Amino acid sequence: MVREFKYHLFRYRRTWRGTVVISVVNPLLFLLAIGLGLGRVVSDHAASLHGTAYLAFFAPGMLAAAAMQNGIVESAFPVSRATAPGGSYAVAVTTPLEPSDIMLGHVMFMALRIAMSATAFVVIMAALGAAKSPRVLLDIPATTLTGLAFAVPTAAWAAAVANPQTVSRLFKWVIMPLYLFSGTFFPVSQLPLVLRVLAYITPLWHGVQLCRSLSLGTASPAAALGHVAYLAGLCLLGIFLARRTYRRRLYV
Amino acid sequence: MAAVTVLVEANGLTKRYPAKDRKSEPFTAVDGIDFSMRQGEVFGFLGPNGAGKSSTMRMLACVSPVTGGTLTVLGMDPATQGRAIRARLGVVAQDDALDSELTVRENLLIYGLYFGLSKSVVSERAEELLRFAQLEEKGPEKVSALSGGMRRRLTIARSLLNQPELLLLDEPTTGLDPQARHILWDKLYQLKQQGVTLVLTTHYMDEAEQLCDRLIIMHMGGILAQGSPRQLIDEHASREVLELRFEGGGEAVAAEKIRDARLCERLEVLPSRLVCSTEDGEEALAAVHRLGIKPASALVRRSTLEDVFLSLTGRSLVD
Repeated sequence: MVREFKYHLFRYRRTWRGTVVISVVNPLLFLLAIGLGLGRVVSDHAASLHGTAYLAFFAPGMLAAAAMQNGIVESAFPVSRATAPGGSYAVAVTTPLEPSDIMLGHVMFMALRIAMSATAFVVIMAALGAAKSPRVLLDIPATTLTGLAFAVPTAAWAAAVANPQTVSRLFKWVIMPLYLFSGTFFPVSQLPLVLRVLAYITPLWHGVQLCRSLSLGTASPAAALGHVAYLAGLCLLGIFLARRTYRRRLYV
Repeated sequence: MAAVTVLVEANGLTKRYPAKDRKSEPFTAVDGIDFSMRQGEVFGFLGPNGAGKSSTMRMLACVSPVTGGTLTVLGMDPATQGRAIRARLGVVAQDDALDSELTVRENLLIYGLYFGLSKSVVSERAEELLRFAQLEEKGPEKVSALSGGMRRRLTIARSLLNQPELLLLDEPTTGLDPQARHILWDKLYQLKQQGVTLVLTTHYMDEAEQLCDRLIIMHMGGILAQGSPRQLIDEHASREVLELRFEGGGEAVAAEKIRDARLCERLEVLPSRLVCSTEDGEEALAAVHRLGIKPASALVRRSTLEDVFLSLTGRSLVD
């Protein structure tokens, strides 16, 4: 498992430059444009924000949403490419590694990548004064968990589908709606009941709530644990499924 | 007494793939074959595409569960000891699967990580293998800059990083030009001299004849024949072959005359061409001339594995 992790680390050390833009610069631009730009338009006293400045409300939501995106970016196409003929899994599987080692090692690397981006984001948040509590540091593990809750099930799925074009649908049909309706930009209490209930089911809403309550210093242990349990449950389900899809795909 | 060490033993080895959907049937790629491989030899699987060679190779590499019969690799069972077996195997797949974003040297270094080898050991072996593959100067270059032959040599170099006892090569020279093929043959021969046991699949008869000590001719999942190239030729083909070419027809009439005169052990009639298997080609040719047959051209040659293969499987295209 560690060997597969080291493999990805080795590659990353030689190919990291291109990843900075999508994982750090993009969310940063969002943060500046929406948080500072739109935030000036939205009144600090908007009732639904409970007196929080919009930037402080939006930033942790964006942090969680960016983790979702990074989680899927780090898993969907990389796993799809690695399982394709001539991909890196085909080579790894002929070495002493087993499919589950390959999967767990790659997931470890995804966790590292999500945590790296989260750390950069939290530092920028703090610098912009968008963090209201020192507990924002806990947002780094919380965000990583959120990212993995998307990355691991995505990996399980990407290893099972042969066609990379199918994988690209994930971005259209999953990321975009979740981005918009999981409480990233506005509290879901603004939504009609049906959509609100849907939002409560989505993993991103739990990630957003967790990150936001930590950053604003309003987290209650029970709610936070609930969110953590939901997200961790998704990760475990993903690992359970991925063990099967990896083995099926790699041992034909 | 120097006992022959058997590295691989297969009995009734079978690979059946489940049906892809409800409409299709389960597919038997390898149909109960027996073979054994000895230490230090070059063992070949010869056969057309779809004969079951690659499926057999994947089972040997412990990345494809055996669905019937028994298989022992390096004295172990692939189903339960795959990890330990693979640690001592080298695998060269049909696909090079090199990382084109990394350099030639990095492709070797990164592979070493899979075996948990220390950095110093890996970099030392990498230099050695670059020399072996005649790629020393290419070390710092991106893989995308390599020719097909170089890529294949790099893939072989990579497979040797864990100093395997058994090297599996799936169609190592497919798609290479003649020069690159010959360089590769030399390299494989060098490995054999070093005591590495080689297993290769090929659909090139000349390659099998050049490289293999023993080989199996596979066809539709089964074994048609096995033995050394010489044995196979002796058993399944005549010593020589006389090929007669005709222009503007005439081969049918000639074939009849030759058959009546019983000149050949076996006579094949092809479009504008007759292929006559015989012990003495020159004598047969003289006899053909005595019959008053005037071919446009005639060629006498020794029988090759290709003749064995064609006589066993027939000439019709197997798809």
